[in-house]
Amino acid sequence: MKNYTSLQSIQADLHAGYITCRQLVEFYLQNIAEKNTQLNAFLKVFDQEALAKADEIDQKIKTGNAGKLAGMVIGIKDLLCYKDHTSTAGSKILDGFESQFNATAVQRVIDADAIIIGSQNCDEFGMGSTNENSAYGACLNAVGTNRVAGGSSGGSAVAVQADMCLASLGTDTGGSVRMPAGFCGLVGLKPTYTRVSRWGLIAYASSFDCIGPITKSVEDAAILLEIIAGKDEQDSTVSRLEVPQYSAFDTTHKTLKIGYLKEAVESAGLQPEVREATWAKLEALKAAGHVVEAVEFPLIKYFLPTYYILTTAEASSNLSRFDGVKYGHRSNQATDLMSMYKKSRAEGFGKEVKRRIMLGTFVLSASYYDAYYTKAQKVRRLIKDYTDQLLSEYDFLVCPTTPTTAYKIGEKTSDPIQMYLGDLFTVQANVVGLPAISIPNGVDNDGMPIGFQIMGGAFQEKALLSFAKSLY
Amino acid sequence: MKIDKEALQKIAHLARLEMPASTEDEMMGSLNSVLTWMEELNEVDTADIKPLTHMSLEVNALREDKVIPNISREQGLKNAPKQDGEYFRVPKVIE
Amino acid sequence: MNQEIRNKYEVVIGLEVHAQLQTESKIFAADSASFGAAPNTHISPITLGHPGTLPKLNRKAVEYAIKMGFAAGSKISEYQYFDRKNYFYPDLPKGYQITQDKTPICIGGGVKVKLSTGEKVVRFHHIHLEEDAGKSLHAEGLSDSLIDYNRAGTPLIEMVTEPEIKSSEEAAQFMTEVRKLVRYLHICDGNMEEGSLRCDVNISVMPVGSKVFGTKVEIKNMNSIRFIQKAIDYEVVRQIEAVEAGVKIIQETRNFDPSTGRTSGMREKESMNDYRYFPEPDLVPLHISEELLIQVKTQMPALPWELFEKFTKTYGLPDYDAGVLTDSREVAEYFDATCQFTKNYKAASNWIMGTIKSYLNDNHLEIEQLTITPEKLAQLINLVDEGKVSTSTASQQIFPVMVTDTSASPLQIAEAKNLIQQSNTDTLQSLIDEVLAANPAKVKEYKNGKKGLLGMFMGDIMKKSKGSADPKVTTALLQKTLDSL
Repeated sequence: MKNYTSLQSIQADLHAGYITCRQLVEFYLQNIAEKNTQLNAFLKVFDQEALAKADEIDQKIKTGNAGKLAGMVIGIKDLLCYKDHTSTAGSKILDGFESQFNATAVQRVIDADAIIIGSQNCDEFGMGSTNENSAYGACLNAVGTNRVAGGSSGGSAVAVQADMCLASLGTDTGGSVRMPAGFCGLVGLKPTYTRVSRWGLIAYASSFDCIGPITKSVEDAAILLEIIAGKDEQDSTVSRLEVPQYSAFDTTHKTLKIGYLKEAVESAGLQPEVREATWAKLEALKAAGHVVEAVEFPLIKYFLPTYYILTTAEASSNLSRFDGVKYGHRSNQATDLMSMYKKSRAEGFGKEVKRRIMLGTFVLSASYYDAYYTKAQKVRRLIKDYTDQLLSEYDFLVCPTTPTTAYKIGEKTSDPIQMYLGDLFTVQANVVGLPAISIPNGVDNDGMPIGFQIMGGAFQEKALLSFAKSLY
Repeated sequence: MKIDKEALQKIAHLARLEMPASTEDEMMGSLNSVLTWMEELNEVDTADIKPLTHMSLEVNALREDKVIPNISREQGLKNAPKQDGEYFRVPKVIE
Repeated sequence: MNQEIRNKYEVVIGLEVHAQLQTESKIFAADSASFGAAPNTHISPITLGHPGTLPKLNRKAVEYAIKMGFAAGSKISEYQYFDRKNYFYPDLPKGYQITQDKTPICIGGGVKVKLSTGEKVVRFHHIHLEEDAGKSLHAEGLSDSLIDYNRAGTPLIEMVTEPEIKSSEEAAQFMTEVRKLVRYLHICDGNMEEGSLRCDVNISVMPVGSKVFGTKVEIKNMNSIRFIQKAIDYEVVRQIEAVEAGVKIIQETRNFDPSTGRTSGMREKESMNDYRYFPEPDLVPLHISEELLIQVKTQMPALPWELFEKFTKTYGLPDYDAGVLTDSREVAEYFDATCQFTKNYKAASNWIMGTIKSYLNDNHLEIEQLTITPEKLAQLINLVDEGKVSTSTASQQIFPVMVTDTSASPLQIAEAKNLIQQSNTDTLQSLIDEVLAANPAKVKEYKNGKKGLLGMFMGDIMKKSKGSADPKVTTALLQKTLDSL
């Protein structure tokens, strides 16, 4: 099987009759069979369904009425609801739970004739940056199996990286699509907040959560966004703005004004190869005639505290529904209602999730609400206003996706703050609700991939994707 | 802000998380260090800044008042840890 | 309780009234909001709080809440958003209730109540929208509680009064008025037994003239106006006795037991719950436009006091009649409609309060189900006024037929059954002359004092007229004729 990196080339070969969807699915299933036990990217594999769907799509291609995603074999992060399939959110508390409806994003890719091959491992409820917080085991980086995949959409990234599927739908609350994409040498896109409906996305932090594609090419990210984006009756917050044709890239050459975050790019904490690769990229942009300038963002040191106060607060409330009453895990040690609640939740949730629920409960509690929660909301506004201001002057803001390449397994698990610091460059986009994409930018001396992140203005994904396409 | 064991158990109770004594120190330690780190926000001058309460630009997302039948009772009870075909069951609520 | 002691204290009561809005679907989900279905049949993933679900606000719930605000004279908030109230209970599927904590939809306003001492306006602090919880049933002998989510997500308005209700009478009158109002507006059926309308009572006592409120006690989920009154009466005595004895009132939630008429503290000490309110991120704000306000305004029905005013001033009815007729919107509208076809407003009132009310009660019907249209009722009233039939004939012979035969007019029915009275004085005079001429001896006896013979003459005249002689007119004419002889 050819090494396909884009749907376009697959569709060309499908239409030419060189390959069939069935062959594609068989190819991916073969890779899953060989590598998934070790890499642990997929939690569930829908082999029979995928093959059946493949046959169906092959028919449709013959009769000429196949959808836009025909030929795309896709995996979905286990935070996305897929009707009549289990959705664990990477947690024991939802062990065995079957969703009873499709997430809108999932429905849309199904309607476009994509083939869903399985549900993917992730950090529990999206809380984590390495996929080590999954209740179903860590996910390993295929490039270096002693390294983490990144998180929380680790499984979604490794699946694409190891050719277990062409693309994945992941979710990004603080960098969870972009960071694993960066660690795994892939393209990861976080759209503008509210660009894609959150109906069917198991909520972590409602005002931060986004669904985004992880792909091998910028084109595929664009096509997927085009399919999943847009208004949806079931999500009150979703944007009702028209969805442009993202896959029609704007190739007109313009001189762009690009700002790079000084505090990020010149940070002492950057791994040397990451620094070099980033500078190289900036130099190349200058050489191409763009204006490339350092921008200062004094508030950068407040990104993470702001993010963690607000996301833990929202999460502590979103996760209250997991109480052992209507679905999910119920402790068999319970003697009365109170112990049923407390034991079920203590047994069902992992350590990091419990820590964040405790933090969130604390910051929302009456005596501390203003000191933490309201304060964080105010700082969020400051960060957003400043970022919007920068993006009115610059076309894009860039920086490395992460300060380092993928950590070794277990390297960051002892100290939560060390873990959180890895999100520094990615959280900004979630704090301010803007779109950002990570594209591969070389590898380090061990061959571990380096990511380059580009952030654009609200609902400017077309410009963002077009620019990313020109670079990768 | 320092959380002591009493505060820890109060929060755990609000969050309905069992926090056995053996887990208290670790949780307290990590909570306190994260809270200290979060307190850096106090360095930021936010006088006269309005809290950002809604991230979506949309307003007035309303639904027509129409009944759309959804899942059956059987489906609704399907995922339940304990049910009797009609009701969800929980250990008795003591009033 | 010794009246002297009682008079040393004033009672401070605030009510939080919950009214279920009678929308078709729930406030944030499209499952049915109707009452009485088999357990857990009005559900959806949203209602069950499944992961991945999101709420979407029901437009009608907003409109109904605005209607209540208009009726109460409240200010409708132009900018509103929703908050989460976080707590754990099996009947609360998400582990939080979506409510309006910071920006209630209506601010202020009030309801006028009639007391034995005069009229008073009980003011609202605010009215806000929120969702109802499911139901938990605790059956004897079971170690489990049973949870039914049919009610979870039903739209509610919570109407919070200022703490200025002073007695159980006031509280009862207030609830009566609120119930009438929500039924008038067609936003809630006001059925307290079924729980569509219920209230929490907050009550404390303090020495007369004190500026400091006493400790407040809450009695939750009262669903009967009578019980509200009893509970308050009991609490007033209990609290005053405690204060008199120097015993501290515990701030708590108490239960009312209808069988004993007493309140009691909940067994489990209710620790003050920290609800950790924060803005609901899954809903976007509401901006209430002028257009929406105007649209809802045009949908407002005439309100009870507006109709009372009209019935007393324009139709000249006594207060009592106007009060009875405006008790329900449907009756008031029926009466008003009848008055478009007859000028005898009092007769219309009498008919509706009398014959029609009895008929409806006997047959367990509401006035909306009455088969006699207001126009037809008016025709009947006019028929009586024209002297064509007597009132008793109308109610006992024509009305029953009208109920079943909806096509015929009262006149047609009367003619068909030969009920038309003769009130033409010439015709009657000749009948009278006939009868008197046939009984000269009796006439003489009458003239000599045997006034009772009037009845005999009337009997003969009625027979001669085959019962159609208008008794009133005939009697007067007969009397006149005899006097002139």
